[in-house]
Amino acid sequence: MSDSRPDGNEAGILHIALAGNPNSGKSTLFNLLTGLRQKVANYPGVTVEKKEGVLRLPEGLEVHVVDLPGAYSLNPRSPDEEIAHDVVLGLRDDTRPLDLLVVVVDASNLERNLFFASQLLGVGRPVVIALNMMDVARAAGFVIDVPSLQLALGVPVVAMAANRGEGVAELRAVIARQLTAPSVPRERIPLSPSVAEIVDVAGEAMVAAGLAKLDWARGEVLRLISSQKALDHRRLAGAPSVRAAVEKARGELAARGVAWHTLEATQRYRWIESVLRRARGQREVSENVTDRLDRVFTHRVLGPAILLAVVFAVFAAIFQLAQYPMDAIQSGFDATGRLALRLLPEGLMQDMLVNGVLAGVGSILVFLPQIMLLFLFLGILEDSGYMARVAFIMDRVMGRVGLHGKAFIPLVSSFACAIPGVMATRTIENARDRLVTILVAPLMCCSARWPVYFLLAGTFIPPVRVFGLIPLPAIIIFAMVVLGVVAAVLMAGVFRRTIARGENPSLILELPPYRMPAFGAVFRVMIERGWVFVKNAGTVILAISIVLWALSAFPRRPGASPSEQIRQSYAGKIGHLIEPVIQPLGFDWKIGVAILASFAAREVFVSSMGTIYGVETADSENPTDLRERLRAEVDPATGAPFFTPLRAVSLMVYYVLAMQCMSTMAAVRRETGGWKWAVFQFAYMGVLAWGASFLVWHGGRWLGFL
Amino acid sequence: MQTLAELEIGAEAYVSRLDAPPPDAQRLMEMGLTAGAKVRVMRQAPLGDPLEVAVRGCRLSIRRADAQAVILSGDDHV
Repeated sequence: MSDSRPDGNEAGILHIALAGNPNSGKSTLFNLLTGLRQKVANYPGVTVEKKEGVLRLPEGLEVHVVDLPGAYSLNPRSPDEEIAHDVVLGLRDDTRPLDLLVVVVDASNLERNLFFASQLLGVGRPVVIALNMMDVARAAGFVIDVPSLQLALGVPVVAMAANRGEGVAELRAVIARQLTAPSVPRERIPLSPSVAEIVDVAGEAMVAAGLAKLDWARGEVLRLISSQKALDHRRLAGAPSVRAAVEKARGELAARGVAWHTLEATQRYRWIESVLRRARGQREVSENVTDRLDRVFTHRVLGPAILLAVVFAVFAAIFQLAQYPMDAIQSGFDATGRLALRLLPEGLMQDMLVNGVLAGVGSILVFLPQIMLLFLFLGILEDSGYMARVAFIMDRVMGRVGLHGKAFIPLVSSFACAIPGVMATRTIENARDRLVTILVAPLMCCSARWPVYFLLAGTFIPPVRVFGLIPLPAIIIFAMVVLGVVAAVLMAGVFRRTIARGENPSLILELPPYRMPAFGAVFRVMIERGWVFVKNAGTVILAISIVLWALSAFPRRPGASPSEQIRQSYAGKIGHLIEPVIQPLGFDWKIGVAILASFAAREVFVSSMGTIYGVETADSENPTDLRERLRAEVDPATGAPFFTPLRAVSLMVYYVLAMQCMSTMAAVRRETGGWKWAVFQFAYMGVLAWGASFLVWHGGRWLGFL
Repeated sequence: MQTLAELEIGAEAYVSRLDAPPPDAQRLMEMGLTAGAKVRVMRQAPLGDPLEVAVRGCRLSIRRADAQAVILSGDDHV
């Protein structure tokens, strides 16, 4: 993004992190502090975004800033919270120990936000509190006495409204001050003397083990006492004395009738209540905007109706708006191809560039406008707070198949394209829930399937009208869409009961107040995600495109027509080789070649069939010539037309279920942190597709269809 | 013994204790549902589940099955 890339390994550079709850305005603040001097990547091995940047402070001081993923607690329940935990406690090799924690707190939701803040006050790092969203808090009727809050928390508190730029200059100044004269907050959570006695003994064990300092040990010890997971964490593996001391403290607490597993949360909230009694007043405000909007948006009848309307509007907008840039990209690639044909000497190089690189990458990049628009709308829905309501409305339905309400939008997005669908699963906190959603998302009928369905149904399904009304091809295509949804539902249920069993994924979901989306940030995410897709197209997809091209271009037979060339190529040979495997589905080797080629993208099936059958103008919009050629194809065994309605349906069913999309595989690999799940998905969808087509072909013939 | 799942829409009560496995109970408490906290059921989703609950000034969506683990009392004496 910029020339001064943040570098975590330079000596002498100060490191700070922004931490806070989701929806606290952290990202807006991060953008304001770092401007364009930031870079976004992934933490190795997980799909949690690592956002880093450089903050220039007065007097020329440069500070490395990392924007931590939103978290509710230091006791993690999601990959996001895991990362926040690890970075804050300095447990990661790829991030430096922090010189300062900037804790972003939503002033309009202060009580709950202060819970995580209170945990962060006890990790032994200097802290500055950015009391964000003061404007919203004021409008909601909260009167916050900042000096008194600062006194109670014992760290600097900067009142601000990051979305309006208010308080940012002051925050910079306070950060600079804290970095020049750092001070670690002292522990403040008051405990009753009998409890304090027990807890502080365990605290001394932490101090002795070098994990804490005496004046702030209590907070972390409270966490270890209440959370078994925290006590079992690997960082304590080398400190058996701490474990023993914590277990002893638990025993003593239990003996006094104190429930140790509720101790941390109870005591922290008790302290927060006492802080707010002093620092926050509230005047009565009548029903707020969010309540009024929710009365409509989550209304029994209006809620689902509005949701349906929003989904339709988004899809209409995507397909309408995306059409122009898609046409432009398509014609751009076509023109480049023609130019290459003219400028380059005929031969291998020209063939590879035109038919391998340009055709392959082009067939993927045409989806870029759709994908970016989808991200734009997803960003707006997320940022405005409506996405949480979608999850709220749909949770019951999604819960039936073992998914979370949050899985709804990624799955609906997959009707346009599975790539943004897969990427949109990032909003699902629970790792297992997210995996199941990713695994079933490509079963939704994406836009690349339509050309295949139109070609097959439009050519081979008799255009009779059912009940004198609806054309049969339309019914068949609709059935294919439904089949994808049904398969997704069934497979989600299967995965939930097998590979993704586990704890209650969807315990609790925050319904944040409605807010005007921060369009700048939304736009930024759209560009970032689009860029990820382009990078994929330039690497993995480029490589696969060249491989697929080479398969059909070698061995070379100079002077042969395209049709002859592909027939005797490796692709043709592979087609023959796999014919015994696909014959039980009613497919021959030519279809096999088209299936192989359309692994690039499903709609490539149409143009591949065109090449194989020697039809020059296999335009996927209106493949009239190809249709006639396919109708004329004769089954050598029977002398009857080869493509029967049954064969076409079997082929369509195959395309409903099979993972015929290298870009989705690349996206799944990226989002699941490795090839394992991408390959698993490819395999299960392949088995499903083969089985279903087998049933269609043989079942259909048994029933007497041809 | 009343649970959050049984609380009428619009009604208020106080959390008495949580009858959930410790990791779940911990998260519920971290989100504000500690003993003594005032809760109010704002509404239910169009299909009857989950519930929208107001606690400590924020709104949470919680499934009825999970809300059954939140045991309530009429006052805030823990």
